[in-house]
Amino acid sequence: MSRLLVCPPDYFSIDYEINPWMRRSNMVDPQAAVEQWHRLMEVLERDVGAVLERMTPVRGLPDLVFTANAGVVVGHRAVPSHFRYAERQPEEAHFEGWFREHGYEIVMLDADMYFEGAGDLLGFADGWFGGYRQRSEFRAFPILSEIFEREILPLELVDGRFYHLDTCFCPLSGGELLYYPAAFDQYAQSAIAERIPATHWFAVPEAEALKFACNAICVGKHVVLPAGCPETMKWLGARGYEPHEVPLDEFMKSGGSAKCLTLALD
Amino acid sequence: MAAQETVVLNGHIIDSLILAKVLDTILMTGGTFDLEEVSIGKTRNEASRARIVVRARSAKLLSDILRAIQPHGASVEGDSDCQYRAAPADGVFPEDFYATTHLPTQVRLAGQWIDVEGMEMDLGIVVDQKRSCAHAVPMAGVARGDAVVIGRSGIRVTPLRRPEERDVFSFMESQVSAERPHGHIIADVAKRMQQLREGHRAGKDGCKVLVAGGPAIIHAGGRDALTWLIDEGFVHVLFCGNALAAHDMEADLDGTSLGYGLSAGRVVPHGHEHHLRTINRVRGIGSIEKAVETGVIKQGIMASCVRRRVHVVMAGTIRDDGPLPGVITDSVTAQAAMRATIPGVGLALLVASTLHAVATGNLLPATIPTVCVDVNPAVPTKLADRGSFQAVGLVMDAASFLRDVARELGAHA
Repeated sequence: MSRLLVCPPDYFSIDYEINPWMRRSNMVDPQAAVEQWHRLMEVLERDVGAVLERMTPVRGLPDLVFTANAGVVVGHRAVPSHFRYAERQPEEAHFEGWFREHGYEIVMLDADMYFEGAGDLLGFADGWFGGYRQRSEFRAFPILSEIFEREILPLELVDGRFYHLDTCFCPLSGGELLYYPAAFDQYAQSAIAERIPATHWFAVPEAEALKFACNAICVGKHVVLPAGCPETMKWLGARGYEPHEVPLDEFMKSGGSAKCLTLALD
Repeated sequence: MAAQETVVLNGHIIDSLILAKVLDTILMTGGTFDLEEVSIGKTRNEASRARIVVRARSAKLLSDILRAIQPHGASVEGDSDCQYRAAPADGVFPEDFYATTHLPTQVRLAGQWIDVEGMEMDLGIVVDQKRSCAHAVPMAGVARGDAVVIGRSGIRVTPLRRPEERDVFSFMESQVSAERPHGHIIADVAKRMQQLREGHRAGKDGCKVLVAGGPAIIHAGGRDALTWLIDEGFVHVLFCGNALAAHDMEADLDGTSLGYGLSAGRVVPHGHEHHLRTINRVRGIGSIEKAVETGVIKQGIMASCVRRRVHVVMAGTIRDDGPLPGVITDSVTAQAAMRATIPGVGLALLVASTLHAVATGNLLPATIPTVCVDVNPAVPTKLADRGSFQAVGLVMDAASFLRDVARELGAHA
């Protein structure tokens, strides 16, 4: 069983511009957004068999819907995020409040340290990866590594369009990896190639990377990803995964997709 | 002025190639580094740690480098300011005072690293918080209440960088052996002296040549060569004792050195009195300068020093006859007078004098190229043992050394 934290998109809109995808002029269609979100939830619950924990949306916090940035959760411990941009910082108290109310032991990072949760910290059972330079800071990872007693290889993100690690890097349950190499600097690319055998990764083509093919949710053999990524779907199918595509273009207006809309709780 | 800072890098920095990236970034930005310490995590989950000394030509470049590596986790090591305590009395350091080396040293005051001026081994450091400066100060020179650096925190000593010039000084080691060939060392010394003379004539700083010499220079027949070097403007500071000056002037007046006929090579009747009569005569005149100006002393080392305005410091010893006017008999005063001439010295030649060689060696910062010449290998060894590791030791006779150097510089044999 897989539990995911989600937040309904009642107040989702583009109220500010903090990544290259966001244009205030590119208005969200609220009706379409709600429909896409519910479709994603339906796939997760019915097809994937995930259990969903729903947060209460808050007026004035349009990005609370992207629960991947709530923090990072391992077992009963949660490290809440501290956002780089002031626009998202008011979300912190709500995410932290949810963790507290649900009995998680809260471990806080230093107040001056930017860390944007599971958006920038992903991995396999035996080793994690941390995305830095765009949103989260490098110095958060050695501390998280100590807290969770896990290896965290920091990877530098160099393309502003792929501002969180989960926009260009998706570890799969069988040890495979979907990623978009050009989003990383040369050292990170070499480190990934060194760690993951060439037979185990799929370099997502640019066109699909820009559709956020890597912003996928993997639960067991199920992979839920945004619609419009046929190559990625094909590769996943060939590796024995069951891909589910969901149209999420309303959320792409904000620079987010399937994975950004969920936080793995266990 | 070269600048450096120690940074630390923590985390999973090996397999992520973060350490490699940081080191590459330092080099690509124009700096250099020393990996002082790398501890690799024993398990995959355990973090690694590196301690890196970053060096750059200028403080500006250093700060550019630090800015470039900081996003990759390299943070400046948490240094603290230096600690200091008031000197309890004149001439007394506080108990746990920091004793200097002769290497370039900095102390941290109010978060800023500042260079300690007047570096010399075996001194204390006095800081002036208001003017944010620091000086190396001898024990005898400290005044009650001076802020003297204590302990070891907030103090940074920079090892010498290998000079870019590939000459004998670039080895910076004082291997002493009578069996080693001398030719290339002498050629390098002469080359330096030539460059320094040009610099000195052009008014450049740090181009003075210091000779600290003993009376063996006269006995062994090096007087003409040294006189020539002074006349030609290759020497700017002379440290000696009563004896070198006395025998030099004795040679001028009587043609002897400690009574031996310099050209005849045998004892001259009543020759042993010559140096006493010389000293007595100069005492009567009042000063060596006057003896030269009035034509009593016509030529030689002291005469040339007076004419070429070479800065002479004569330090006396307990067995001196006379002594000559101008010899400083208080050793602390003599030390201070010698110390005052060190700034601006770019080469030091310590020739045939154990006492003056060691005394001068103690006053020289490690950055000044130094040659110690003595027939007795124990002298350069002693100098090295006392910390002047930068001194190149040359086991040879003083006269041969001076003549060879003079010949290299164009003197007729």
